Amino acid sequence: MSRKLLDLWVGIFVAVGLAGMLFLALKVGNLSAGNFAETYPVTAKFANIGGLKVRAPVKSAGVVVGRVVDIHFDPSEYEAVVTFNIDERYRFPKDTFALILTAGLLGEQYVGLDPGGDEKMLAANDVISKTQSAVVLESLISQFMFSKASEAPSE
Amino acid sequence: MSNPRQNSRASVLSGVTRLGHRVNDALQRLGFAARFFVMLLLLSGQSFRRLHLTIRELYFSGFQSLLIIMVSGLFIGMVLGMQGYETLQRYGSAEALGVLVALSLVRELGPVVAALLFASRAGSSITAEIGLMKATEQLTAMDMMAVNPIARVVAPRFWGGVISMPLLAALFSTAGVFGGYLIGVVFIGVDEGAFWSQMQASVDFRYDIWSGIIKSFVFGVAVSLIAVFEGYDAVPTAEGVSSSIKSTVVQSALAILALDFVLTSFMFREA
Repeated sequence: MSRKLLDLWVGIFVAVGLAGMLFLALKVGNLSAGNFAETYPVTAKFANIGGLKVRAPVKSAGVVVGRVVDIHFDPSEYEAVVTFNIDERYRFPKDTFALILTAGLLGEQYVGLDPGGDEKMLAANDVISKTQSAVVLESLISQFMFSKASEAPSE
Repeated sequence: MSNPRQNSRASVLSGVTRLGHRVNDALQRLGFAARFFVMLLLLSGQSFRRLHLTIRELYFSGFQSLLIIMVSGLFIGMVLGMQGYETLQRYGSAEALGVLVALSLVRELGPVVAALLFASRAGSSITAEIGLMKATEQLTAMDMMAVNPIARVVAPRFWGGVISMPLLAALFSTAGVFGGYLIGVVFIGVDEGAFWSQMQASVDFRYDIWSGIIKSFVFGVAVSLIAVFEGYDAVPTAEGVSSSIKSTVVQSALAILALDFVLTSFMFREA
């Protein structure tokens, strides 16, 4: 086989292989949508984060606006400190509420942001003070059972 | 030696001697393999100056493996689509089929199965070629003409394999995702939007795809090194070459699976 033809076939092979990688990156993966160019970090403290994990989405009004980048335990206040990066395009008021919510009945957990009405906006490295912890199924059930028990008429 | 006690002692001793010989041989071979690998890397620059040699090997081990890789990928994806649907629909989450197909292909099946196929399709033929060159004393002849056989014969085949492997693994995964799409969406009727959007939402580029590419690169190095070394180290007879080919396939398969375990435990440790 002549060298030119060989080069052609190898060129086709490499091009097809790179196209496959590109397909995986863009169509199968989330390279195009998942990574934000410019972000700013914001921290929030929760009494209980449930099953929240690093890389979980941060959503406001159902739209992904950022990602959780770090979770650690604060031993002085016995609280979970969650740091997340928010897309530079989106600004939230200072009194924004951070909640830990669940997608679907048993789905993954994410951070929900409920904007408040403050004039001042959150800046980088700010701490969100108003938070609501994850709903723990066991405490929910026990609450329900206690309320049912107290409702029951005394015989 | 009529004393039975002395007899048994002699047999135990010879057993220990044989064991020692075996360990010694294995270690010696390992040392030679390491020296061979370093020589190969040092002489790679020399062989890259004649790039057409490597391109020729890319054609033989990469391009010619394209068909078997793509067809196997397609079938594995179709089987994953069928089996995954069967299990997922019991839990009412058939829409997660795209996630299942894509993650299992990109993380595991793509690199591993493509490397196993590559070892038996291209690795064995590399070993056969180099082993036969050694048996017919072509390698010695090159040495006589002051052409280093490692730079001229071995390094291009090694790099051809190393470059081909990630490309082939990516194509395997691509064909597999297409196969899963074909079965899941076209034949069974899973919602197309959910199939792609759930897949895109949970497959991360750096975490899943990039580590799949790293895996296939490592497998490419391992398989190509085993193939060229077995050929170079073959006993220069017909029987020796055939046993080298056999051990290329066996050792590659073991190396791929063991390395896969090690790499996976490094890459996907955090929950």
